[in-house]
Amino acid sequence: MKDSAAPKRVIPIKLQSPETLSSPEHAAVRDACRKLKAEPGALLPILHAVQDAIGFVPPEAVELIASELNLSRAEVHGVVTFYHYFRPHRGGRHVVHLCRAEACQALGAAGLEAHAKSSLQIDFHGTSADGAISLEPVYCLGNCALGPAVMIDHDLQGRVSPERFDELMAPLRAGRS
Amino acid sequence: MSAVKIFVPRDAAARSMGADATARAITDEAARRSIQVELVRNGSRGMLWLEPFVEVEVDGKRYGYGPVQAGQVPELFDQGFATPASAASRGHALAHGLTEELPYLKRQQRLTFARVGIIDPVSIEDYVQHGGYRGLQAALALEPAQIVESVTASGLRGRGGAAFPAGIKWKTVLGAPGTQKYVVCNADEGDSGTFSDRMLMEGDPLTLIEGMTIAGIATGATRGYIYLRWEYPDAHRALEAAIRAAYAAGYLGEDIQGSGQRFDLEVRLGAGAYICGEETSLLESLEGKRGQVRFKPPLPALAGLFGKPTVINNVITFASVPVILERGGAFYQHFGMGRSRGTLPMQLAGNIKQGGLVEVAFGMTLRELLYEFGGGSLSGRPIRAVQVGGPLGAYMPESQFDTPLDYEAFAHIKAMLGHGGVVAFDDTVDMAAQARYAMEFCAIESCGKCTPCRIGSTRGVEVIDRLTSGTNAPAQEVLLRDLCETMTYGSLCALGGLTPYPVLSALNHFPEDFVKKPLARASA
Repeated sequence: MKDSAAPKRVIPIKLQSPETLSSPEHAAVRDACRKLKAEPGALLPILHAVQDAIGFVPPEAVELIASELNLSRAEVHGVVTFYHYFRPHRGGRHVVHLCRAEACQALGAAGLEAHAKSSLQIDFHGTSADGAISLEPVYCLGNCALGPAVMIDHDLQGRVSPERFDELMAPLRAGRS
Repeated sequence: MSAVKIFVPRDAAARSMGADATARAITDEAARRSIQVELVRNGSRGMLWLEPFVEVEVDGKRYGYGPVQAGQVPELFDQGFATPASAASRGHALAHGLTEELPYLKRQQRLTFARVGIIDPVSIEDYVQHGGYRGLQAALALEPAQIVESVTASGLRGRGGAAFPAGIKWKTVLGAPGTQKYVVCNADEGDSGTFSDRMLMEGDPLTLIEGMTIAGIATGATRGYIYLRWEYPDAHRALEAAIRAAYAAGYLGEDIQGSGQRFDLEVRLGAGAYICGEETSLLESLEGKRGQVRFKPPLPALAGLFGKPTVINNVITFASVPVILERGGAFYQHFGMGRSRGTLPMQLAGNIKQGGLVEVAFGMTLRELLYEFGGGSLSGRPIRAVQVGGPLGAYMPESQFDTPLDYEAFAHIKAMLGHGGVVAFDDTVDMAAQARYAMEFCAIESCGKCTPCRIGSTRGVEVIDRLTSGTNAPAQEVLLRDLCETMTYGSLCALGGLTPYPVLSALNHFPEDFVKKPLARASA
């Protein structure tokens, strides 16, 4: 075929300037990519590193990650949105994961969920008006003999009655602890 | 006077009940009284209702106290609990006497959990002193095929839930051609009511590491991954520390104990997707993709992680391997019943008085477990239903409590032993709500690849809502059963395929809960 002799045209993918990422965010995403991209199956470790560094995975980071890993934006977007743990926007100063699974249900998790939502005046995935607490559902924290369970940031709590929930929330809401 | 050894668990469940504060109080109180104390943060003994469960070692014997809250520590010191010579505090209300003699522990057969709660989890020295790495030493003296033969002879079946014979899986990987093979540990313990993986990884992570190393040597795999759920940060810390210790002591790396064998291991974190506990979706996730289920064949044993031959097993499966290599397949095979050989670490959870970890040989009945170990419900009301095997396991009524813990016995009554989680519910449970939740959970966690699961689960919630609201109920029930059949036989993996288990068991055993509630009861 004649055409095959013609030089291959490479159309470079134009990166839109990542103006919506703040510069510390941009640096955090870029650093995570550079540090981890040589690892096999690097995307999840990178997304974890981004969320650990800035608290969420901004949708604007997708393009940068895609170009660093030589993936399409669709692939990266698909992965970010598949996993419940990655948050698309900044949360509160603390994240409270409340277990909705069966073992906790057997000890009143549904009641605790209702109490948490009404006392914080938010639904799941929301952040309290004072910016202190984001509430997320979780399906099992592995504390099934001591339910209902919640996890505050990375600290597990057991036998959380509505009263105990309020006690645990009070210091988080009062100060910048 | 030499230091008194005091153990306060660092297990996440113990910490969730205040173990860190208790540990601090003990250190502070000892300093205030100028008593020398050596504080060890061990794993949990598994008697979780007693957490924080503090132990004091006297003359090589351990005396248990629990649950000990920080505020009660001075009082225990007053009664001399940290003084070896004094036995006074052993009469204290929180004192339980010799830990080993507690019936809850004494009646167990701890093979896999032999060291959990006893040793310092990340000390190689402690581990080796308590029989650790004897399995690996034995394996290093064998040919790979002999190691696989030993695992096959033990009768060990996959403890993650599917109960596939581990030896057959390993043999397939051993026989598969390939220069790079992998060992992958499924530590995505997402089933509600299960926490044995977590307890083992926090309480004796080196046993898992040893089991995976043996799997690597047996199959020619030089690289291992532990796929751990993010919800287990304590297990993550313990595993990282244990892996570092194993590298430092030459139990991982390029030349394991001078054998010339190589095995490298790292932990990868999941990100909150229940489906990633399914092995092929876990492999996709490890590769950095959406955790969508793969078609089988090819089997992961032939084309697994990055398309290479891969041994993929659950935490407890790997952790059961060291004792099998140390004591022989026949020793392990000797425990159990029928085709279920060895022991299964059961987990008592939900509305249960004495929740915790119970490792016993297969064959004990569910009733013995619930009442003799569990002590009945926490609320004191009758236990009405028990869900065994996680969110995809059947709800069992009281009439089935005499079923022995055996994979086949459970399968025979359309129930599932799975990963050994037992969740008890008292008589206030609404079984229609539980059935609805099973469908709702499937809808939330479906990977979306196959239609029966992705769409069937959402339609399932709607049908159950119509059924319980009394809208043409008989037709809705027919529709629900038909939908369950489609999901059972048409789904690609166990999520869609087994969601009908909890739904239909609730409907079959507790039909009265699906009848529209009379208004009088609703307002009562």
